[in-house]
Amino acid sequence: MDVAKLQRQHVDLTHALFKEGFLDDQFTQLQQLQDSTNPDFVAEVVALFFEDTDRLLSELTRALEQDPVDYKKVDAYVHQFKGSSSSIGAHRVKVVCITFRTCCDEGNRQGCWQALQQVKHEFILIKSRLEVLLQLEQQILAAGGEIPFME
Amino acid sequence: MCQASSKKTMKCRTDAIAVGTGKGFQGSTIARSNYQLGPGRLPAKWWVQASAPPAICPSAPNMQNQRVAKRWHLRLLVLWVLAGISVSIWVFYSMNADIVKRRRERLLNMCEERAWMLQDQFVSSLNHVRALTALVTTFHLGKQPSALDQDTFAVYAARTSFERPLMTGVAYAIRVLHSQREQFEREQGWVIKKMHSNELQPAQDEYAPTVLTQDTLSHLASLDLMSGEEDHENILRARASGKGALTSPFRLLESNHLGVVLTFTVYTTDLPPDASPEERINKTAGYMGGAFDFESLVENLLRQLAESQAIIVNVYDITNKSNPLVMYGLNTSIGTTVSHISKLEFGDPLRKHEMRCRFYKQPPVPWSAITTSTGILVIVLLIGHILYAAVNRIEKVEEDYRKMEELKLLAESADVARSQFLATVSHEIRTPMNGVLGMLQMLMDTDLDATQCDYARTAHESGKQLIKLINEMLDQAKIESGRMELENIPFDLRIILDDILSLFSAEIKDRGIELAVFVSEKVPAVLVGDPVRLHQIITNLVGNSVKFTDRGHIFICVHLVDDENRVDVPNSQACTEQSVEVEEEESWNSCNTLSGLEAADKKMSWETFKLSLMHGSSEPTSSCLETSDTVNLLFSVEDTGVGIPYQAQERVFMPFMQADSSTSRNYGGTGIGLSISKCLVELMRGEMTFVSKPSVGTTFRFGLPLKKGDPSMFKSHAEANWRHPQNAPLPTKFKGKKALVVDGRPVRSQVTRYHLQRLGIFVEIICSNECCSAVSRVIARCETTNSSSSGATGNIDMVLIDKDAWGPNTGVDFPDSLKKQTDAGLNGLLTAPKLILLAMSLNDEEACKAQKAGFKDIVVKPLRASNIALCLQVALGFGNHRLKVRELTEGPGSMHNLLSGKHILVVDDNRVNRRVAEGALVKFGAHVECAESGREAIAKLQLPHKFDACFMDVQMPEMDGFEATRRIRKAEIAAAERLPRNGEVKNGKHTYRVPILAMTADVIQATPEECARCGMDGYVSKPFEEEQLYKAVAIFFEAAH
Repeated sequence: MDVAKLQRQHVDLTHALFKEGFLDDQFTQLQQLQDSTNPDFVAEVVALFFEDTDRLLSELTRALEQDPVDYKKVDAYVHQFKGSSSSIGAHRVKVVCITFRTCCDEGNRQGCWQALQQVKHEFILIKSRLEVLLQLEQQILAAGGEIPFME
Repeated sequence: MCQASSKKTMKCRTDAIAVGTGKGFQGSTIARSNYQLGPGRLPAKWWVQASAPPAICPSAPNMQNQRVAKRWHLRLLVLWVLAGISVSIWVFYSMNADIVKRRRERLLNMCEERAWMLQDQFVSSLNHVRALTALVTTFHLGKQPSALDQDTFAVYAARTSFERPLMTGVAYAIRVLHSQREQFEREQGWVIKKMHSNELQPAQDEYAPTVLTQDTLSHLASLDLMSGEEDHENILRARASGKGALTSPFRLLESNHLGVVLTFTVYTTDLPPDASPEERINKTAGYMGGAFDFESLVENLLRQLAESQAIIVNVYDITNKSNPLVMYGLNTSIGTTVSHISKLEFGDPLRKHEMRCRFYKQPPVPWSAITTSTGILVIVLLIGHILYAAVNRIEKVEEDYRKMEELKLLAESADVARSQFLATVSHEIRTPMNGVLGMLQMLMDTDLDATQCDYARTAHESGKQLIKLINEMLDQAKIESGRMELENIPFDLRIILDDILSLFSAEIKDRGIELAVFVSEKVPAVLVGDPVRLHQIITNLVGNSVKFTDRGHIFICVHLVDDENRVDVPNSQACTEQSVEVEEEESWNSCNTLSGLEAADKKMSWETFKLSLMHGSSEPTSSCLETSDTVNLLFSVEDTGVGIPYQAQERVFMPFMQADSSTSRNYGGTGIGLSISKCLVELMRGEMTFVSKPSVGTTFRFGLPLKKGDPSMFKSHAEANWRHPQNAPLPTKFKGKKALVVDGRPVRSQVTRYHLQRLGIFVEIICSNECCSAVSRVIARCETTNSSSSGATGNIDMVLIDKDAWGPNTGVDFPDSLKKQTDAGLNGLLTAPKLILLAMSLNDEEACKAQKAGFKDIVVKPLRASNIALCLQVALGFGNHRLKVRELTEGPGSMHNLLSGKHILVVDDNRVNRRVAEGALVKFGAHVECAESGREAIAKLQLPHKFDACFMDVQMPEMDGFEATRRIRKAEIAAAERLPRNGEVKNGKHTYRVPILAMTADVIQATPEECARCGMDGYVSKPFEEEQLYKAVAIFFEAAH
């Protein structure tokens, strides 16, 4: 495919992701860190994030199924989750994580469940989008193009 | 183009945020100022103990209690009123009963008295009639012829009538049988007549004609008593019984009054008491009768008694019980129903009589009882009302109190909410802002044209302002809620001031403002207090000055208060003189201040400055210093900026207040810094004032009482004193050197001297208004020492000349002037002193010129002991050149240099975070290793290791960053004892201590204090911001070079 077209697609997608609040500046910062010495940095971090999050979500689900719920444990997981999502710039996930923690502090089980579902939902959304984005980048690189930068 | 426009919007957005936040907080400030009137700092403690929910709960049982209490009160009240009413009724009845009883008793007494009297008189009358019977028996029947005739009887009866007070009169009738009638009529000469009609009496079995009468009864003469119905019956009864007999009441003849007739029988012979009725009838000779005229006679009798009008007396004949006959009194219904009945005994057993007495008048209304009981009732009701009102009042007050309590809780919870809001907001804004700032910085590093660069820089500056504002807001909130805790740790004031100078050095570099610090010699080297907050106060003041100053100088000065006071005394007079002097000096446009421009506060001018210096040197150990362990320091920050308009001076310390609305437009800022500074100074038990003249300048001054420390405290607090542990101690190799300071301004030369003295250099000052005289004096001075080779004064090692000693750039020409005066210049001397230029700012061209002119080195102001030391190292041949280059090219751009080749350990349990941090650090050329737990970090940091620094996440499972750091520090201390040499080689002059920096996204949780407590050397917020990272890292690596 044409490199320029791919690049335009990339720009559009990134724009959309920012506009819809999926990503924030932190993601741009990640992209900045990627250079010739570290060509797969973003992909690597994102993959790490997916892996981590899958594990965290299953842990969280298990923790919330227990009776009584160990809120301390849940809180630790959510904290981790929030940390990694803010590191990667997954803005919407982070926002839900904040509500999740509030629920957790209150010991609100119902709220925690809802937050968990919400966070899962958000995660699936961001995951699919990021995967597309990374795929695009791969294609651009394969076609010999440069990955365009957001301003 | 597209890029540019989007940047514009970005800038706008930042502004909007800043404005919005500002307004929001302004509102809350007003609310808080109201709140501050409340009971001090109590709420801060309150909300720690109790969270919001229980605040409302206690009121519910309270209300219930209250309702119960209220019902109880009401019941008691009703009971009280009822009791009061019944008491008053009882009082009324008992009093009334008493009155009635007394009245009844009175009636009884009166009635009995009357009855007794009546009976007594009646009986006495009756006895007398009996006596008359005896008279008739004796003198009329017993004598033949009779000794009694009508006249005699009448006279006698009339004479004895007083004995028979109730009787109208007496009469004697004789018994005449029908057979004897004719004879009797003949003897007497009159015929027997019938009663009432006075007619001839028709023939009867027997007759009883009246023969003897008292005069009052003379109409009875010759009347047959037997013809009267009552008399007839009476006569029969009397002669049968032999006793007196009474008739029932009837109308008497003639008088027509009610009365009764008493009849006694006169027998011919004395009869035995047990004689039978037949015997008695046979022996009957005649009858003695008496008439009782009750109506008139009883009336007469009663009238003699007291209160005869008060009662009505009735006498009845009750022989026939069902039909009592009235003997006396009117049988009317007049009078009361209350009556008393007394029995009367008139001596006739067949006849029964009684007396009935009634009061004439109705009983009077019992006013006394009514008034008493009404009085009682009124009192009871009044008391009830008072009680009711009191209860109501109490209830109302309690209700008010409860409401107030609720309001108080609301206010308190509002305060808590505000604090929480602030914390949350600041945290939530900080994180994205860090992203924004980082990106902007990176953007600026990319290839941008001038306009783009300008936009980016503006956006970056705005962002930084916002972050600063948020931090200030947090501080303000902390201070106001009383949660600001001050530390008490030893610190070196001079190092703090140096730090502040370097902080502002970049900012003022190109503006031609002179920034200088002077600390009096008498200020102890080590003080105990809160260095972080002191730093903040001075930074705020200096920052404020920097903002409003575009020419002249900013001068930070620290003295002992004692010195200042001593200066004040002579100054009061000197001041007036001085003002004259200042005016004179202005003619050649120079005041004796740091930059030569006039300052607002005259105290800072040279005259007073000199005085304080003199005191300082003449009494290096004042008595005050010896005795007490606290010193009162006076800090002053003087600038020659725009000053504060007089009308705005009183609101300078109010948060968010600025001189006028144009201020924020021209200079930016929020105006919260000064208020925080003032609050902090007050927290430290100090006081802040200022003097300001518009378009002359402003001087802020504050006094602080600080404890004296001694240098040994630094060692014991080495861990706590985290902020400057890596600050290289000033090199001691310059000790004993001699320096000559040449300057046209005395204050500036003193500042230079202060810094040089800190390095242990002996300083002489040549202060002259003109270049020429200065030159000659310098030469003279150098030659003296040379000629006397090792005199008391010794050789001069260096000569420091200010670049603007006698006017702009005049200092640069100093070597030339020297050369002009002595051909060889100073080089001709045996040990040529090094020439050093002190310059505010220097471009490359000027630097070249200075080098050519013969200056060994150039020290760029603001002067600090450390930058002078670095410079001297070069000039005097110590150390290497690299340092100088570093000093001059200090800035964020050198991040790469700073980190390049460093080994850095990143500790974070979150893989993603770890990877990002690693990526960022690798970008700056660092070699990064990772550890995913505190335990692993400890293992990796076991000595000996190759790491130059460690970034530690604070919040980790199992072992958090604080705990890990604590353990690492412990291990380091233990290792230091084991292998002392090894560590020293590796880290140069430092020990084994590896710098550990906390990484945190949560600025609330990871306070600097907390970090310091467990041995961390600083902290960076996640995600990294380049400048912050640089600042944090620079402290260590700069010193390590």
